[in-house]
Amino acid sequence: MRNLVAVPVILLTVILQMAVISRIYLLSGIADLPLVMLAAWASQDDVDSAWQWAVATGVLVGFVSALPWVVPLVGYVAVIALAQVLQRRVWQAPLLAMFSITFLGTIVVSFLSLAALRLSGVSLPLSDVLGLVTLPSVLLNMLLAIPAYAVMRDLARWVYSAPEVE
Amino acid sequence: MALALGGYFSSATNVFTGSLVNLQAWFSTRFVAIQDFLTAPRDIASLRQRNAELESDVAELQAQVIQLQQEVGETDILRALVDFSRANPQNTYRAAAVIGRDPSPFLHYVIINRGSNDGFLRGMPVVTDQGLIGRIDAVISDAARIQLITDPASSVNVHLQNADTEASLVGSVTGDVTLELIPQDIIVERGDLVLTSGLGGGYPPDLIIGQVVNVRSRDFDLFQQATVQPVVDFNRLQIVLVITNFKPVDISPLVPAP
Repeated sequence: MRNLVAVPVILLTVILQMAVISRIYLLSGIADLPLVMLAAWASQDDVDSAWQWAVATGVLVGFVSALPWVVPLVGYVAVIALAQVLQRRVWQAPLLAMFSITFLGTIVVSFLSLAALRLSGVSLPLSDVLGLVTLPSVLLNMLLAIPAYAVMRDLARWVYSAPEVE
Repeated sequence: MALALGGYFSSATNVFTGSLVNLQAWFSTRFVAIQDFLTAPRDIASLRQRNAELESDVAELQAQVIQLQQEVGETDILRALVDFSRANPQNTYRAAAVIGRDPSPFLHYVIINRGSNDGFLRGMPVVTDQGLIGRIDAVISDAARIQLITDPASSVNVHLQNADTEASLVGSVTGDVTLELIPQDIIVERGDLVLTSGLGGGYPPDLIIGQVVNVRSRDFDLFQQATVQPVVDFNRLQIVLVITNFKPVDISPLVPAP
């Protein structure tokens, strides 16, 4: 039953991403709210469903985006993998872990997107992508990281403090 | 009594009554001050309540003003779109509202709130009253995804009106659009109007795209390049028109396999 909370949260996150966040540009970069949300969810100690959340979010974003569907799916699963690794390394500083996951996750998703588009024949100069898309997106994601972490921490406390209903 | 009636105590009574009046005045002044002190907070509370009510009314009216301004803006856009459709009666248009953009920063796509239920098909061109914005890339029953001409994977065959030549318009990850494949012997000038050519069957001819702002011609290149300023502001797309009577031609079977 606890996993049911994923449905409204993921839907709301993707809707917000498409309706609001995707219209706020820094150079040519935009923030990736689903990525930041997943990073924040995976950074919580009690959470054990981050993989399922990543798959659901990846499938949904893959459906609405013109990117090959495998890119968000693999990218978001990679974010959770990063979170699992980094959480063990820097478990005493959750915000530092959150920033690290967001930073590395954004770069991973960005390079996956770049690789997929180049393989499909789209001409994307690496310098433009790095300077005008990836780095601004990293900055915007880092700005979103703190509020997203606070919201997902409260959500995790609320979800995992309630007794499990079978 | 006789002395009093005779007025012999008048000075003494004056002093006495004066003292009483002063005492009365002193008490009265203090009482009024205390009464003011005690009743004033009630007035402040009522004033605060009234102020809050008025502030609430102002906020409500401001919200109504914003809503009305938005409706006026939408009406202006719709009026311009109606004028555009009347000026171009050869096409059939259906309006749709832009409800989102692609979540990836690498792509330039928008989502509209109408789909196959309204007769939209993949490949249909999409315009505003100013000019071409792209074509439908994917459709579901109640929504469609439009690939903008600024998308890095977009390529539009265009005609340069003044130079009277054909070229190819491609997008980029930054949203800039560039003309490519302009022959070296053609003179392209700043301000040259860029229209769709209709070649390839992907778009109808003579839809306005923009103007040439910069030409790059180097002797060792096979073709010239030019930067185009689109007539449409792609960051402020709200309502678009889909040309529903245009059937794109699929020329892929004619392209020889590598």
